[in-house]
Amino acid sequence: MGTALSEKSITRRTRYAAVFAGLIAAALALTVWNINSGSVRIGVGDIVRILLTGEGDVTQVNIIWKLRLPRIIAAAVLGGGLALSGFLMQTFFSNPIAGPFVLGISSGSKLAVAVSMITALRFAPSFSSWLLVAAAFAGALAAMGFVLLAARSIRQMSMLLVAGIMISYICSAVTEFLITFAKDSDIVNLHTWAQGSFSGTKWEDVRFFSLLIAACFAATFLLAKPIGAYQLGESYAQSLGVNVKHFRVVLILLSSLIAGCVTAFAGPISFVGIAVPHLVKLLLKTAKPLVVIPASFLGGAVFCLFCDYIARTAFAPVELSISTVTALFGAPVVIVMLLKRHGGKL
Amino acid sequence: MDGYYFRTSDLTVGYNGVPLIRDIEIRLRRGEILTLIGPNGSGKSTILKSITRHLAALRGDSYIADASVGAMSYRSLSRQMAVVLTDRIRGELLTCYDVVASGRYPYTDLLGVLRPQDRQKVLDAMEQVHAADLAERDFAAVSDGQRQRILLARALCQEPEILVLDEPTSFLDIRHKLELLSILRAMAKEKGITVILSLHEIDLAQKISDKVMCVRGETIEHFGTPEEIFREDVLAPLYGIAPASYNITFGSVELPPPPGTPDVFVISGGGTGAAAFRRLQREGRPFYTGILYTNDVDYAVARSLAGRVFSAPPFEPVGEDLYLPAEDAMRSCHTVLYTGTPIGTHNRHIARLLDRAASLGLLRT
Repeated sequence: MGTALSEKSITRRTRYAAVFAGLIAAALALTVWNINSGSVRIGVGDIVRILLTGEGDVTQVNIIWKLRLPRIIAAAVLGGGLALSGFLMQTFFSNPIAGPFVLGISSGSKLAVAVSMITALRFAPSFSSWLLVAAAFAGALAAMGFVLLAARSIRQMSMLLVAGIMISYICSAVTEFLITFAKDSDIVNLHTWAQGSFSGTKWEDVRFFSLLIAACFAATFLLAKPIGAYQLGESYAQSLGVNVKHFRVVLILLSSLIAGCVTAFAGPISFVGIAVPHLVKLLLKTAKPLVVIPASFLGGAVFCLFCDYIARTAFAPVELSISTVTALFGAPVVIVMLLKRHGGKL
Repeated sequence: MDGYYFRTSDLTVGYNGVPLIRDIEIRLRRGEILTLIGPNGSGKSTILKSITRHLAALRGDSYIADASVGAMSYRSLSRQMAVVLTDRIRGELLTCYDVVASGRYPYTDLLGVLRPQDRQKVLDAMEQVHAADLAERDFAAVSDGQRQRILLARALCQEPEILVLDEPTSFLDIRHKLELLSILRAMAKEKGITVILSLHEIDLAQKISDKVMCVRGETIEHFGTPEEIFREDVLAPLYGIAPASYNITFGSVELPPPPGTPDVFVISGGGTGAAAFRRLQREGRPFYTGILYTNDVDYAVARSLAGRVFSAPPFEPVGEDLYLPAEDAMRSCHTVLYTGTPIGTHNRHIARLLDRAASLGLLRT
C-alpha cells in the first residue's frame, strides 16, 4: 500500500513538473514569437541580441523596447492576474463558472475608471496610476457588492450569474454613453481601452501593475492553505480552524483588487478568469491550490500572450479587441465545461 | 472540573435570534458517547451546530475541560473538536486521500504541506476505518458507506478530543451502519474520544450510547443513560407514536395494529407467532392472540400488533378466569391460526384452545 501510494505521488509530481515546464516553455516561445511578428518582422537572433545587450538597429530596438515588450509583459502579467482573480472568485462562490467578467466586476471597474478619468482630466492634464487603480478597485468592489447583495436574496448560482451579466450590461452601456459624449481629445484612447486591449502600455504602467500583481500573487499563494480547506465547504473549513468570515472578506478584496488592476490597464477581458483555471485543473488533474495558483497564473499569461498575438496579427493592420479573441477561445471551453456538468447545479 | 470533560451550561440555540431550544445541559465524561434522538426537525442538528460553533449560541456556552468553546479561537477549537457533517463536500478532483489529509490542517505549516508524520497519520486513520484501499479513488465516485468512512477518517486524522457527527448513518445500509458505529465505539473506549452524534435509528442509539438526549420542543425533556431513556413512556411521546408501538425488549418499533374488529385468532407462543403477527399486520387484518405469558417473546411483539392479547402471568397455571375470555374471543373469529408453539405439561391451555378450534372447524396451521 505504502509503495503503491508513493509511486502514485511520484507520477503526480511528474505530471505537475511536466505541466509547469510546458507552461513556461509556451510563455517563452510566445514571447519571442510576439516580438518577432508584426508590421516589422525581427529575426530571432536579433531579438535575443537586442534583449540581452540592448544593441542593434535603432528602429528595431525602439520597436522592441518601446512597443512590443511592454505590451507582451502587460499581456503576460495582466492575463495571469485575470486567471488568479477568476480562481479566487470560483473559490468564493464554490462555482467554476464565476469570474470577474461574467459577474460584472470588470464592467464595474470599467465604468468607475471611465467616470473618474473623464472627470479628472477636466482639471488636470494627467492621471496617476494610483488613482486609476483606486478607481478601478472601487468600481470592482461596488459591482461585487451588488452581486453579493443579489446572492443574499437569491440562492441559485444561475440567477447570480444573470444578475452579474445584467450589471455588466448596465455598466457597459453607461460607459459607452459617457465615452460617446465626452469631448476631450484625450479620451480617444478610452474607446479602445473600453473594449479591452493591451496596446499602448507604457513602461511606468508595467512597473506599477507588475509590482501590484506580484504582491497579489504572493498574497494568493499564502492563502493556498485556507483555500484548500474552503474547497471542502464553509463548515468544514471552519472546523479546521479557518476564520471563515475574515477569509471571505479577504477573498473578495483580493479578487476585486486584481480584477480592478487588470481592468484599469487593459480594460475588461472576457473568459480568461473562467477558462484558464478550469483548463489548468484538467491538465494537473488536481484542484490543490498550492499547484493550481501558480499554474493558473502561468496559464493566464500563456493564454493572453496567444490571444494578443491573434488580436494584433490576424487582420493586421486592423487590430482586434483582446476580448474578441479571448471569447473566441475561452467561451467554447466554458460551454464544454457546462455540458460536462450535465446541466446540474450551475 | 467535577469529572465532566464536556458540558454545556444554560445553552440556548436557534436561528436569527429566535430561540428554538432552551436550557440545554449536557454533562459528559471523557470517552463517553452521547446520542441525540428525536423526530425530524426537532433541532438535533441545531444543537450540534451550536456545539461546533457553526451557529452562534443565543445564550450560554459549551465547555471543553472547563474552557469556553465560544471564547476559543477557531484554530484552537480545531485541535480539540472534529466534525462529520451532512453537508456535501463540493471539492472537485479530490481523492479520498486528499479528503482525509485535510484533517491535518490544524497541524501543518503556513502552506499546509504534509510532513512524513502527517502522511503516516493519514494512512493510519484510513486503516482504522478500513478504507486504506480507497486512498487513490475519486472522492466524488465512492459509495455512501465508503464516503462516511472517509469522512470519519478525516475527522480522526484531526486528532480530536471531541468528535461531533450529524446523522452519520443516514443512507447507509445495515452492515455499514453497524460497522461505522462499532468503529465509533472503539474510538471512544480505546482513545478516550468523547463522541456526540445524532441518530434516527433508536435501536442503534440504545446500543451505542452512554448517554442519550431526547430533543423535542422548547426544552430538553430527557437526558440520561439508555436505561433511563429507552422506555415506552419516554420514547412514545417523544416521537408521537402509540405507546405499544415501541418495543422495549428489542429496542425496536412496530407498525400500529390494523383497525377494526379481529376476525383471526392466532395461537402463538415461544417466538413462533411474531412472523404471523407481522404478516397479518401487513395484510391489514386485525387479530387476537393468546394465551401468552407476559415474559414470552411473542408477547412483546403481540402487544404492538394485536387487536387484543390474552395474557397470563408467567410461572403460574392459567386459570379459568383467564382462559374463558380467550376462548370466547376465538369463537367470534372465522379463522384460527396455529403457529406451532410446543405444548408441554405447563401450557395445557394451548392444547385446550387447539381442541376447541379443531372441533369448531376453524383451525388452520
